[in-house]
Amino acid sequence: MSEWWTYRPENFLLFSPRVYWRMFELHNAALWPLQVLALAAGLIIILLVAWRPRSAARWLALLLAILWIFVGWSFLWNRYATINWAAAYVAPAFAVEGVLLLVSGLLLDGLAFDRRGLAGWTGYFILAFALAGQPLLAPLQGRGWASSEVFGIAPDPTAIVTLGLLLLARGRLLPLLLPIPVLWCLLSGITLRTMGEPQAWALHAALALAAAAGTWTIIRQRGSPQTA
Amino acid sequence: MRTTRRTFVRASLATAAAALLPISLHAQEGSPARRPIPSTREAMPIVGLGTWITFNVGGDPVLRDECADVMAAFFEAGGRMIDSSPMYGSSQPVVGYGLQKLGRPSTLFSAEKVWTSSATAGPTQIEQSRRFWGVPKFDLVQVHNLLAWKAHLQTLFQMKAAGAVRYAGITTSEGRRHDLLEQIMRNEPIDFVQFSYNVVDREAEQRLLPLASERGIAVIINRPFRQGALTHRLKGEPLPEWAIELGVSSWAQLVLKFILSHPAVTIAIPATTRVDHVRENLAAAAGPMPDLAMRERISAYVQAL
Ligand SMILES: NC(=O)c1ccc[n+]([C@@H]2O[C@H](COP(=O)([O-])OP(=O)(O)OC[C@H]3O[C@@H](n4cnc5c(N)ncnc54)[C@H](OP(=O)(O)O)[C@@H]3O)[C@@H](O)[C@H]2O)c1
Repeated sequence: MSEWWTYRPENFLLFSPRVYWRMFELHNAALWPLQVLALAAGLIIILLVAWRPRSAARWLALLLAILWIFVGWSFLWNRYATINWAAAYVAPAFAVEGVLLLVSGLLLDGLAFDRRGLAGWTGYFILAFALAGQPLLAPLQGRGWASSEVFGIAPDPTAIVTLGLLLLARGRLLPLLLPIPVLWCLLSGITLRTMGEPQAWALHAALALAAAAGTWTIIRQRGSPQTA
Repeated sequence: MRTTRRTFVRASLATAAAALLPISLHAQEGSPARRPIPSTREAMPIVGLGTWITFNVGGDPVLRDECADVMAAFFEAGGRMIDSSPMYGSSQPVVGYGLQKLGRPSTLFSAEKVWTSSATAGPTQIEQSRRFWGVPKFDLVQVHNLLAWKAHLQTLFQMKAAGAVRYAGITTSEGRRHDLLEQIMRNEPIDFVQFSYNVVDREAEQRLLPLASERGIAVIINRPFRQGALTHRLKGEPLPEWAIELGVSSWAQLVLKFILSHPAVTIAIPATTRVDHVRENLAAAAGPMPDLAMRERISAYVQAL
């Protein structure tokens, strides 16, 4: 098409906010009580990062990988794709993120979730928001609990938790794990903004925070004296 | 840009000549007025039903039934044309669900689109759409947004010759690529053309609408309410008193009548999620229509708000 510049984000929005939020309601109802398990998984993630028992990194990678693949299949592929055909192309990216987590964290044992300092604390903050804050946004905005977005069930909190965890992580393969959650947060934020939903800020704020903390850490590392 | 009296009269005369019918839009009391499709003279109620966004409700059973209710009210009020596209997410299966629930109304005029950049994928996509609707064949298939138009138009002309579709057409919206559309209208034997036209977007009056009359092409108007932005903006504004003589009770009806009173327009296809709105929109197709002076008055009034 030769007139791409005449298209605005609204031209690509295929559904109304009512349909979008009811989709979460139906999804939550269909999966209940898996939300309890997912929240428990979130809690386990925090405990594993905080206490770092042996093999913590491997367990973390395994848990996250399972949830990325599950959300990609159950939410994006089976549900979201019915109202947004683009989601059918994004669902495989969720599976790819799952596989990358399995390979880098489990098979190669290439991740350690032991970063502290500013990046680490920002990571904890983002984790806490995604696990405990994000589900509250639905009732706070008058939509009721039924359409709450829960980590491990809905894509946004799953991607935000991953961003938080990657801020707490070290490992050569980190650059491979970042693009998909970052791109999802961008894309979903744009979708929400186009729908006129104020909670778009949650995704963009999480991204901005993660980017700021990540950049600061890199600058500090580069600036600190090299040890032999 | 404005319709001059000359272009308006020219379009009126051309439409009347093409149809061999008086332009009068008055039909049976209360039922929507009809206009002929120039290529066959088949009479078409001048308000149809769009499905972009409004019918994309996925598998949600409550919302699917709401869409079926809108369709029921649409057929009950005398509507015929429902317009959809493979681009509209789940709208096609939702239309299919509604049709099945309503016992497949015989008055349906199915208007679909082919929307793929692959020249060869057209027939498969049209067949898939047909299955979603559950109809034996489509009345009209249009090339959506002029995408791969050369190849798809050939497919549609072949399908028409083989009796697999009754009419062939092409669409654009929001004023995009009018030059190319004009060229296609001049050179291709299409039955229908679809583009945007409303009380504030009047570019089509300059060339497309007169050309459609001249060439005997039926015109479908999309985005009559600018995807709801227009009705939203006008909400809360009082209807001008002089509008009462047109028998309208809402802004939606007034701005629809503006569109429908253009003699080259065959049908407008507003989309809605609401039964009361679909009834209101169909009702705008009946009763008196604004004349040229009144059309200018409506447009000037809305633009000045
Ligand atoms: N390139 C293309 O081929 C193309 C492009 C655009 C559109 N189209 C076709 O044209 C159709 C119409 O265009 P559109 O859907 O973009 O926009 P539209 O019909 O101009 O506007 C639809 C909006 O108007 C509101 N509405 C409808 N009736 C109303 C009434 N009586 N009072 C107040 N509000 C009313 C609806 O809200 P409620 O649900 O609250 O009633 C809906 O949000 C599409 O559905 C599609 O089939 C084709």
